[in-house]
Amino acid sequence: MGEKIWEGTKESEWTEDSFLQGVKSCIPTLLGYLSIGLAAGVVEKTAGLTIPEILLMSVLIYAGSAQFIAAGMLAAASSPAAIVFTIFFVNLRHLLLSAALSPYFRHLTPVKNMLIGMLLTDETFGVAIQQAARKKQLSEKWMQGLNITAYINWIAANAAGAYFGKWIADPEQYGLDFALPAMFIGLLVLQLLSRGKAAADLAVALCSIGLVIGLSYVTSGSFSVILATVIASTLGMAVKKWK
Amino acid sequence: MEINQDVLLMIIGASIVTLIPRIVPLMLLSRIQIPEWGMRWLNFVPIAVMSALVGQELFISDGKLSFDPEMLAALPALATAFWTRSLLGTVIVGILSMMVLRYLF
Repeated sequence: MGEKIWEGTKESEWTEDSFLQGVKSCIPTLLGYLSIGLAAGVVEKTAGLTIPEILLMSVLIYAGSAQFIAAGMLAAASSPAAIVFTIFFVNLRHLLLSAALSPYFRHLTPVKNMLIGMLLTDETFGVAIQQAARKKQLSEKWMQGLNITAYINWIAANAAGAYFGKWIADPEQYGLDFALPAMFIGLLVLQLLSRGKAAADLAVALCSIGLVIGLSYVTSGSFSVILATVIASTLGMAVKKWK
Repeated sequence: MEINQDVLLMIIGASIVTLIPRIVPLMLLSRIQIPEWGMRWLNFVPIAVMSALVGQELFISDGKLSFDPEMLAALPALATAFWTRSLLGTVIVGILSMMVLRYLF
Protein backbone atom coordinates (compact mmCIF):
# COMPACT_ATOMS: atom_id res chain seq x y z
CA MET A 1 0.00 0.00 0.00
CA GLY A 2 1.41 3.35 -1.05
CA GLU A 3 1.33 6.39 1.12
CA LYS A 4 -1.23 8.96 0.13
CA ILE A 5 -0.85 12.68 0.10
CA TRP A 6 -3.93 14.07 1.75
CA GLU A 7 -4.44 17.75 2.39
CA GLY A 8 -0.74 18.29 2.09
CA THR A 9 0.21 15.97 4.94
CA LYS A 10 1.76 12.57 4.63
CA GLU A 11 -0.13 9.77 6.31
CA SER A 12 2.30 7.93 8.49
CA GLU A 13 1.47 4.55 10.01
CA TRP A 14 0.09 5.89 13.27
CA THR A 15 -1.89 8.98 12.31
CA GLU A 16 -5.47 9.15 13.47
CA ASP A 17 -6.76 8.02 10.08
CA SER A 18 -4.49 5.05 9.50
CA PHE A 19 -5.34 1.36 9.19
CA LEU A 20 -3.36 0.60 12.35
CA GLN A 21 -5.31 3.20 14.29
CA GLY A 22 -8.49 1.47 13.12
CA VAL A 23 -7.10 -1.82 14.42
CA LYS A 24 -6.42 -0.09 17.74
CA SER A 25 -9.93 1.36 17.89
CA CYS A 26 -11.30 -2.16 17.56
CA ILE A 27 -9.48 -3.51 20.63
CA PRO A 28 -12.16 -2.53 23.19
CA THR A 29 -14.74 -4.61 21.30
CA LEU A 30 -12.56 -7.71 20.99
CA LEU A 31 -13.49 -9.26 24.34
CA GLY A 32 -17.18 -8.81 23.64
CA TYR A 33 -16.90 -10.37 20.18
CA LEU A 34 -14.75 -13.14 21.53
CA SER A 35 -17.25 -14.26 24.16
CA ILE A 36 -20.23 -13.99 21.81
CA GLY A 37 -18.30 -15.70 19.02
CA LEU A 38 -17.28 -18.53 21.37
CA ALA A 39 -20.88 -18.92 22.48
CA ALA A 40 -22.06 -18.94 18.85
CA GLY A 41 -19.46 -21.60 17.97
CA VAL A 42 -20.58 -23.78 20.87
CA VAL A 43 -24.26 -23.43 19.95
CA GLU A 44 -23.57 -24.16 16.27
CA LYS A 45 -21.60 -27.28 17.15
CA THR A 46 -24.30 -28.47 19.50
CA ALA A 47 -26.87 -27.91 16.74
CA GLY A 48 -25.00 -30.53 14.71
CA LEU A 49 -23.05 -28.31 12.33
CA THR A 50 -19.60 -29.48 11.24
CA ILE A 51 -16.46 -27.39 11.71
CA PRO A 52 -16.22 -26.48 7.97
CA GLU A 53 -19.88 -25.44 8.02
CA ILE A 54 -19.32 -23.27 11.10
CA LEU A 55 -16.29 -21.60 9.50
CA LEU A 56 -18.23 -20.97 6.30
CA MET A 57 -21.03 -19.41 8.32
CA SER A 58 -18.79 -17.03 10.22
CA VAL A 59 -16.90 -16.06 7.05
CA LEU A 60 -19.96 -15.55 4.82
CA ILE A 61 -22.77 -14.55 7.18
CA TYR A 62 -20.69 -12.72 9.83
CA ALA A 63 -23.60 -11.81 12.07
CA GLY A 64 -23.99 -13.10 15.61
CA SER A 65 -27.76 -12.91 15.83
CA ALA A 66 -28.17 -14.53 12.41
CA GLN A 67 -25.82 -17.39 13.28
CA PHE A 68 -27.56 -18.11 16.59
CA ILE A 69 -30.88 -18.19 14.76
CA ALA A 70 -29.53 -20.44 12.00
CA ALA A 71 -28.19 -22.91 14.58
CA GLY A 72 -31.42 -22.90 16.56
CA MET A 73 -33.62 -23.36 13.50
CA LEU A 74 -31.37 -26.06 12.02
CA ALA A 75 -31.59 -27.96 15.31
CA ALA A 76 -35.37 -27.65 15.02
CA ALA A 77 -35.16 -29.02 11.44
CA SER A 78 -36.44 -25.84 9.74
CA SER A 79 -36.14 -25.50 5.96
CA PRO A 80 -33.26 -23.43 4.51
CA ALA A 81 -35.82 -20.99 3.04
CA ALA A 82 -37.46 -20.37 6.43
CA ILE A 83 -34.07 -19.76 8.03
CA VAL A 84 -32.97 -17.34 5.30
CA PHE A 85 -36.27 -15.46 5.58
CA THR A 86 -35.98 -15.10 9.37
CA ILE A 87 -32.36 -13.97 9.14
CA PHE A 88 -33.33 -11.35 6.57
CA PHE A 89 -35.75 -9.73 9.03
CA VAL A 90 -33.42 -9.99 11.98
CA ASN A 91 -30.63 -8.20 10.14
CA LEU A 92 -32.75 -5.55 8.44
CA ARG A 93 -31.64 -3.06 11.10
CA HIS A 94 -28.32 -2.93 9.22
CA LEU A 95 -30.17 -0.76 6.67
CA LEU A 96 -30.38 1.92 9.34
CA LEU A 97 -26.76 1.54 10.45
CA SER A 98 -25.51 1.65 6.88
CA ALA A 99 -27.64 4.73 6.14
CA ALA A 100 -26.43 6.53 9.27
CA LEU A 101 -22.79 5.94 8.29
CA SER A 102 -23.22 6.98 4.66
CA PRO A 103 -22.75 10.77 5.17
CA TYR A 104 -19.23 10.11 6.48
CA PHE A 105 -18.13 8.16 3.41
CA ARG A 106 -19.33 10.48 0.67
CA HIS A 107 -15.75 10.98 -0.45
CA LEU A 108 -15.43 7.31 -1.46
CA THR A 109 -16.51 5.46 -4.62
CA PRO A 110 -19.55 3.12 -4.49
CA VAL A 111 -17.22 0.10 -4.66
CA LYS A 112 -15.24 1.29 -1.64
CA ASN A 113 -18.49 1.99 0.18
CA MET A 114 -19.58 -1.54 -0.62
CA LEU A 115 -16.37 -2.97 0.82
CA ILE A 116 -16.92 -0.98 4.01
CA GLY A 117 -20.57 -2.02 4.27
CA MET A 118 -19.81 -5.71 3.78
CA LEU A 119 -18.19 -5.93 7.20
CA LEU A 120 -20.56 -3.63 9.06
CA THR A 121 -21.77 -4.86 12.47
CA ASP A 122 -23.53 -3.29 15.47
CA GLU A 123 -20.20 -3.01 17.23
CA THR A 124 -18.05 -1.60 14.42
CA PHE A 125 -20.91 0.81 13.72
CA GLY A 126 -20.89 1.91 17.36
CA VAL A 127 -17.15 2.57 17.30
CA ALA A 128 -17.27 4.32 13.91
CA ILE A 129 -20.18 6.62 14.71
CA GLN A 130 -18.47 7.65 17.91
CA GLN A 131 -15.33 8.50 15.95
CA ALA A 132 -17.55 10.39 13.50
CA ALA A 133 -18.94 12.60 16.29
CA ARG A 134 -15.73 14.62 16.09
CA LYS A 135 -15.39 14.69 12.29
CA LYS A 136 -17.00 15.50 8.97
CA GLN A 137 -15.78 12.33 7.32
CA LEU A 138 -14.23 9.01 8.25
CA SER A 139 -11.06 7.58 6.78
CA GLU A 140 -11.40 4.50 4.59
CA LYS A 141 -8.19 2.95 5.93
CA TRP A 142 -9.23 3.53 9.53
CA MET A 143 -12.62 1.90 8.88
CA GLN A 144 -11.04 -1.07 7.13
CA GLY A 145 -8.64 -1.53 10.06
CA LEU A 146 -11.59 -1.56 12.44
CA ASN A 147 -13.71 -3.85 10.24
CA ILE A 148 -11.05 -6.39 9.35
CA THR A 149 -9.83 -6.75 12.95
CA ALA A 150 -13.38 -7.37 14.13
CA TYR A 151 -13.94 -9.86 11.29
CA ILE A 152 -10.82 -11.93 12.00
CA ASN A 153 -11.55 -11.94 15.72
CA TRP A 154 -15.09 -13.16 15.03
CA ILE A 155 -13.99 -16.03 12.79
CA ALA A 156 -11.33 -17.07 15.30
CA ALA A 157 -13.81 -16.95 18.17
CA ASN A 158 -16.34 -19.04 16.24
CA ALA A 159 -13.72 -21.61 15.35
CA ALA A 160 -12.51 -21.77 18.96
CA GLY A 161 -16.08 -22.14 20.22
CA ALA A 162 -16.76 -24.95 17.77
CA TYR A 163 -13.51 -26.67 18.69
CA PHE A 164 -13.43 -26.27 22.46
CA GLY A 165 -17.20 -26.20 22.92
CA LYS A 166 -17.38 -29.51 24.70
CA TRP A 167 -15.15 -28.26 27.51
CA ILE A 168 -17.05 -25.05 28.16
CA ALA A 169 -20.16 -26.59 29.65
CA ASP A 170 -21.73 -23.40 30.95
CA PRO A 171 -20.37 -20.05 29.67
CA GLU A 172 -23.16 -18.26 31.57
CA GLN A 173 -21.59 -19.27 34.86
CA TYR A 174 -18.76 -16.85 34.10
CA GLY A 175 -21.10 -14.03 33.13
CA LEU A 176 -19.89 -14.22 29.51
CA ASP A 177 -23.41 -13.88 28.16
CA PHE A 178 -23.41 -10.34 29.53
CA ALA A 179 -20.58 -9.25 27.22
CA LEU A 180 -23.05 -8.27 24.49
CA PRO A 181 -25.43 -6.14 26.61
CA ALA A 182 -22.43 -4.56 28.36
CA MET A 183 -20.92 -3.63 25.00
CA PHE A 184 -24.20 -2.08 23.84
CA ILE A 185 -24.40 -0.13 27.13
CA GLY A 186 -20.84 1.13 26.66
CA LEU A 187 -21.43 2.14 23.05
CA LEU A 188 -24.65 3.95 23.97
CA VAL A 189 -23.17 5.86 26.93
CA LEU A 190 -20.04 6.84 24.99
CA GLN A 191 -22.20 8.16 22.18
CA LEU A 192 -24.41 10.14 24.55
CA LEU A 193 -21.33 11.66 26.19
CA SER A 194 -19.52 12.49 22.95
CA ARG A 195 -22.39 14.24 21.17
CA GLY A 196 -22.99 17.00 23.68
CA LYS A 197 -26.69 17.50 23.03
CA ALA A 198 -27.82 15.66 26.09
CA ALA A 199 -31.49 16.62 26.35
CA ALA A 200 -32.66 15.56 22.89
CA ASP A 201 -30.43 12.46 22.87
CA LEU A 202 -31.57 11.31 26.28
CA ALA A 203 -35.22 11.77 25.31
CA VAL A 204 -34.69 9.71 22.12
CA ALA A 205 -32.83 7.01 24.09
CA LEU A 206 -35.55 6.67 26.74
CA CYS A 207 -38.27 6.71 24.07
CA SER A 208 -36.51 3.98 22.16
CA ILE A 209 -36.12 1.78 25.26
CA GLY A 210 -39.78 2.27 26.19
CA LEU A 211 -40.88 1.56 22.63
CA VAL A 212 -38.83 -1.61 22.25
CA ILE A 213 -40.32 -2.98 25.49
CA GLY A 214 -43.87 -2.14 24.44
CA LEU A 215 -43.42 -3.37 20.86
CA SER A 216 -41.95 -6.69 22.02
CA TYR A 217 -45.46 -7.63 23.14
CA VAL A 218 -46.96 -7.13 19.70
CA THR A 219 -44.20 -8.07 17.25
CA SER A 220 -40.97 -10.08 16.99
CA GLY A 221 -37.81 -9.00 18.80
CA SER A 222 -35.88 -7.94 15.71
CA PHE A 223 -38.83 -6.08 14.22
CA SER A 224 -39.45 -4.23 17.47
CA VAL A 225 -35.83 -2.98 17.41
CA ILE A 226 -36.32 -1.63 13.89
CA LEU A 227 -39.69 -0.01 14.67
CA ALA A 228 -38.45 1.51 17.94
CA THR A 229 -35.42 2.96 16.12
CA VAL A 230 -37.51 4.46 13.32
CA ILE A 231 -40.14 5.96 15.66
CA ALA A 232 -37.65 7.32 18.23
CA SER A 233 -35.43 8.88 15.50
CA THR A 234 -38.48 10.48 13.91
CA LEU A 235 -39.52 11.95 17.27
CA GLY A 236 -35.99 13.29 17.75
CA MET A 237 -36.04 14.83 14.28
CA ALA A 238 -39.46 16.46 14.86
CA VAL A 239 -38.55 17.88 18.29
CA LYS A 240 -35.31 19.30 16.91
CA LYS A 241 -37.21 21.10 14.17
CA TRP A 242 -39.72 22.83 16.43
CA LYS A 243 -37.06 24.17 18.73
CA MET B 1 -14.95 -31.35 3.79
CA GLU B 2 -18.25 -32.29 5.34
CA ILE B 3 -20.71 -29.67 4.19
CA ASN B 4 -24.33 -30.66 3.87
CA GLN B 5 -26.03 -29.36 0.73
CA ASP B 6 -29.06 -27.89 2.53
CA VAL B 7 -26.78 -26.17 5.01
CA LEU B 8 -24.69 -24.76 2.17
CA LEU B 9 -27.81 -23.40 0.46
CA MET B 10 -28.92 -21.83 3.74
CA ILE B 11 -25.50 -20.24 4.30
CA ILE B 12 -25.37 -18.79 0.79
CA GLY B 13 -28.94 -17.46 1.07
CA ALA B 14 -28.30 -16.02 4.52
CA SER B 15 -25.09 -14.36 3.39
CA ILE B 16 -26.94 -12.61 0.55
CA VAL B 17 -29.79 -11.34 2.75
CA THR B 18 -27.36 -10.09 5.41
CA LEU B 19 -25.13 -8.44 2.79
CA ILE B 20 -27.78 -6.36 1.01
CA PRO B 21 -28.98 -4.23 3.98
CA ARG B 22 -25.34 -3.59 4.90
CA ILE B 23 -24.17 -2.28 1.54
CA VAL B 24 -27.13 -0.73 -0.30
CA PRO B 25 -27.62 2.43 1.85
CA LEU B 26 -23.87 3.11 1.96
CA MET B 27 -23.58 2.73 -1.82
CA LEU B 28 -26.68 4.78 -2.71
CA LEU B 29 -26.92 7.44 0.00
CA SER B 30 -23.28 8.43 -0.33
CA ARG B 31 -24.04 9.28 -3.98
CA ILE B 32 -27.08 11.50 -3.49
CA GLN B 33 -27.60 14.71 -1.54
CA ILE B 34 -29.67 13.84 1.55
CA PRO B 35 -32.12 16.64 2.50
CA GLU B 36 -31.63 18.50 5.78
CA TRP B 37 -34.48 16.71 7.57
CA GLY B 38 -33.06 13.36 6.43
CA MET B 39 -29.69 14.17 7.94
CA ARG B 40 -31.39 15.24 11.17
CA TRP B 41 -33.26 11.92 11.22
CA LEU B 42 -30.12 9.88 10.49
CA ASN B 43 -28.36 11.77 13.26
CA PHE B 44 -30.66 10.19 15.86
CA VAL B 45 -30.48 6.66 14.46
CA PRO B 46 -27.30 5.62 16.33
CA ILE B 47 -28.71 6.62 19.73
CA ALA B 48 -32.09 5.10 18.96
CA VAL B 49 -30.77 1.76 17.66
CA MET B 50 -28.28 1.26 20.53
CA SER B 51 -31.00 2.16 23.08
CA ALA B 52 -33.39 -0.30 21.50
CA LEU B 53 -30.75 -3.03 21.56
CA VAL B 54 -29.89 -2.28 25.21
CA GLY B 55 -33.60 -2.19 26.12
CA GLN B 56 -34.20 -5.51 24.46
CA GLU B 57 -31.15 -7.19 26.01
CA LEU B 58 -31.89 -5.95 29.53
CA PHE B 59 -35.64 -5.94 29.90
CA ILE B 60 -37.09 -8.48 27.48
CA SER B 61 -36.97 -12.21 27.65
CA ASP B 62 -39.28 -14.47 25.61
CA GLY B 63 -41.12 -11.42 24.29
CA LYS B 64 -42.08 -10.18 27.75
CA LEU B 65 -40.84 -7.65 30.28
CA SER B 66 -38.79 -9.61 32.81
CA PHE B 67 -36.72 -8.78 35.84
CA ASP B 68 -33.44 -10.67 35.76
CA PRO B 69 -30.01 -10.25 37.37
CA GLU B 70 -29.05 -8.63 34.05
CA MET B 71 -30.73 -5.42 35.13
CA LEU B 72 -28.54 -5.30 38.23
CA ALA B 73 -25.35 -6.07 36.30
CA ALA B 74 -26.22 -3.19 34.00
CA LEU B 75 -25.79 -0.64 36.82
CA PRO B 76 -22.04 -1.10 37.44
CA ALA B 77 -21.55 -1.32 33.65
CA LEU B 78 -23.41 1.97 33.18
CA ALA B 79 -21.41 3.66 35.93
CA THR B 80 -18.13 2.41 34.45
CA ALA B 81 -19.05 3.68 30.98
CA PHE B 82 -20.05 7.03 32.42
CA TRP B 83 -16.98 7.68 34.53
CA THR B 84 -14.18 5.94 32.62
CA ARG B 85 -15.51 6.34 29.04
CA SER B 86 -13.83 3.00 28.39
CA LEU B 87 -15.60 0.41 26.27
CA LEU B 88 -13.31 -2.41 27.33
CA GLY B 89 -13.68 -1.42 31.02
CA THR B 90 -17.46 -1.46 30.64
CA VAL B 91 -17.45 -4.94 29.10
CA ILE B 92 -15.12 -6.33 31.79
CA VAL B 93 -17.06 -4.78 34.69
CA GLY B 94 -20.31 -6.05 33.14
CA ILE B 95 -19.02 -9.62 32.80
CA LEU B 96 -17.57 -9.63 36.34
CA SER B 97 -20.80 -8.20 37.82
CA MET B 98 -22.82 -10.86 36.06
CA MET B 99 -20.46 -13.58 37.29
CA VAL B 100 -20.81 -12.37 40.89
CA LEU B 101 -24.61 -12.11 40.57
CA ARG B 102 -24.86 -15.65 39.17
CA TYR B 103 -22.67 -16.86 42.04
CA LEU B 104 -24.86 -15.12 44.64
CA PHE B 105 -28.30 -16.00 43.24
